Amino acid sequence: MSKVATKHNDLKDKLVSSFLAFEETVDIDSPIHDIRIEAIKAFENQGFPTKRMEAWKYTSLNSILKHNYSVFPKVENALEYPKVKKYFVHDIDSYKIVFVDGKYSSHLSETTHDGIDVCLMSAALTKPKYRLVIDKYFNKVAEKDGMASLNTAFSNEGAYIHIPKNKVVAKPIQIIHFATGSESALMLQPRNLIVAEENSHVQIIERHQSLTENPVLTNSVTEIFANKRAIVDYYKLQNDKESASLIDNTYVSQKQESVARVHTFSFGGKLTRNNLNYYQNGERIDSTLKGVTIIGNKQHVDHHTLVHHIEPNCESHQDYKGIYGDAATGVFNGKVIVEKEAQKTNAFQANNNILLSDKSSINTKPQLEIFADDVKCSHGCTIGQLDESALFYMRSRGIPEKEARALLMYAFSNDVLETVKIPELKQRVTKLIAQKLGVNIGFDL
Amino acid sequence: MLKINDLHASVEDKAILRGINLHVKPGEVHAIMGPNGSGKSTLASVVAGKEEYEVQSGEILLDGENIDELSAEERAHKGVFLSFQYPVEIPGVSVTNFMKTAINETRKAQGLKEMPANEMLKMIRQKSELLEIDRKFLSRSLNEGFSGGEKKRNEIFQMAMLEPKLAILDETDSGLDIDALRIVANGVNKLKSEDNAVIVITHYQRLLDYIVPDFVHVLYEGRIVKSGTKELAHELEAKGYDWIKEEVGV
Ligand SMILES: Nc1ncnc2c1ncn2[C@@H]1O[C@H](COP(=O)(O)OP(=O)(O)O)[C@@H](O)[C@H]1O
Ligand SMILES: [Mg+2]
Repeated sequence: MSKVATKHNDLKDKLVSSFLAFEETVDIDSPIHDIRIEAIKAFENQGFPTKRMEAWKYTSLNSILKHNYSVFPKVENALEYPKVKKYFVHDIDSYKIVFVDGKYSSHLSETTHDGIDVCLMSAALTKPKYRLVIDKYFNKVAEKDGMASLNTAFSNEGAYIHIPKNKVVAKPIQIIHFATGSESALMLQPRNLIVAEENSHVQIIERHQSLTENPVLTNSVTEIFANKRAIVDYYKLQNDKESASLIDNTYVSQKQESVARVHTFSFGGKLTRNNLNYYQNGERIDSTLKGVTIIGNKQHVDHHTLVHHIEPNCESHQDYKGIYGDAATGVFNGKVIVEKEAQKTNAFQANNNILLSDKSSINTKPQLEIFADDVKCSHGCTIGQLDESALFYMRSRGIPEKEARALLMYAFSNDVLETVKIPELKQRVTKLIAQKLGVNIGFDL
Repeated sequence: MLKINDLHASVEDKAILRGINLHVKPGEVHAIMGPNGSGKSTLASVVAGKEEYEVQSGEILLDGENIDELSAEERAHKGVFLSFQYPVEIPGVSVTNFMKTAINETRKAQGLKEMPANEMLKMIRQKSELLEIDRKFLSRSLNEGFSGGEKKRNEIFQMAMLEPKLAILDETDSGLDIDALRIVANGVNKLKSEDNAVIVITHYQRLLDYIVPDFVHVLYEGRIVKSGTKELAHELEAKGYDWIKEEVGV
């Protein structure tokens, strides 16, 4: 057996045996626990993904699976708001569901049951009043692969958001997971469930933030259900420390005439894998997947998207931009399946990349499986450097080279921000982009 | 103001400028004419600091200082401006934001504070009126989807905003109809003073009826083969370039 497999197995064995300890902390008589038991078996069978699997060809987990992660942090850590304020979009009125080392932090949170449910997964999984919703939606759209199964097996805590029919939630909801580093290495399995009932509207901002140089590995699963005519806007702000890694598994199930937009801003972390799957279960659905990735050093960001067009007259828009410096590596794999019944599908996909150094690289691959004949599907990917003639033009007007490059890169990623509906968030991301590009230029949106 | 002495420049080992001499004093307007491919745009780019071109020998002095080692932005900060023959499209950056950044970066380099927003807006309004540019135009992405004429007018708008010491206008007249030509020429003339200078690169006499040159030079195969006053431009218009080739024996 190879060394690598051993490392994978060390952690795998540890996780599987930890499941017994985990069982002592949850209600094992609940039907949820049957799902967990199924899932731990699935994980035991499949293990961690390896580069031999097609979907993981360009992303190796070896370097992050070698740590001796603790699965249940022992110490409870209190965080003071002023210390972590900067990780919130703090200039807006919002609901907040905040976790510290996987445990709910009530004093950093602002939940509600007033007309909507913005609360904890642990409560939703155990209290009878949530039973119907949980039975209907929990683990109904998540995949059964190794990583998602691992999360399902340990699913206990995370955000639970239920928006009833016709309810427009005025305030955005922020879900933040902090890791404090009291453990030498920490693994987290957050589990979120978002249900937007008919004709409701909700906006969510999600962030995973490590506060330590110790390794943190987050394996997150989020299930989103957008029912008939619902609108869900979901923003992922990934700007974590380079000691932290994230495997994000997000599954969106849509019903007729619903709109679901997921924006992923990937600026940080050591290794980030975004699995984003959309399933269109109805007609005239609009699915939007957008991303901006700006990384350097040895950072790695992998976007794997899937849009499954199942019914007629639906649309999907994918627009991912990436800027890679130093020895950073990126992956974009965009799979679109158009079933035979899904006539008049309009599927658009674009992935444009700029490589700033000889050592940076991007593997980009569209994967179209089209079984219907009356469809419009377009896809395009580009990999390039910055336009030298544009640079000279700007410099000849007195804009220094560094700022000129930044302005061009900013402009390059700008159109992804156009669909961000929360102005304060948009401003925040703009600033992060400028900061990532290493300049402070006085342009606005 | 500008002294170019025996300038030789090449690109990819191909000699393009082969011994240029040109002296421009404050307050003067110089016209450079010459057939296609003679090196006019190259001369303009070399003065503006395009790194693609390699200067083999000779010197470019701006107010007595050799600017050969300066970057394009440093030259701009010293007051060099190039109106491009082919302005570059920059999607995602509006004309206004571009100008704000250019002006404030220039001020920063000159040790000045940023221009206050209201002053900037006032200036944008004045200069866009001078060039009869619709305000809506200013919020569009720089040069993206602009017609040829709009691009050129926008170049002169930028010149008006930056108030350069030395402006080089590379075929600013091509793509302009007669009305736009008048507006652009009028704009350039309004900006003209005893302290600045303009080099107009053109094929046609037409523009020179509006921007009247003190000197006219003919560039041919990388050299200035003939210089004269504005009458020379008329002669070129009437007789073409062949007689010059014969006269200078090339
Ligand atoms: N970047 C370049 N690479 C290769 N050749 C060039 C480049 N720029 C200019 N040249 C060549 O140099 C000569 C002069 O070009 P240019 O300066 O554009 O002439 P003009 O503006 O007088 O028409 C032409 O033969 C042109 O092909
Ligand atoms: Mg030319």
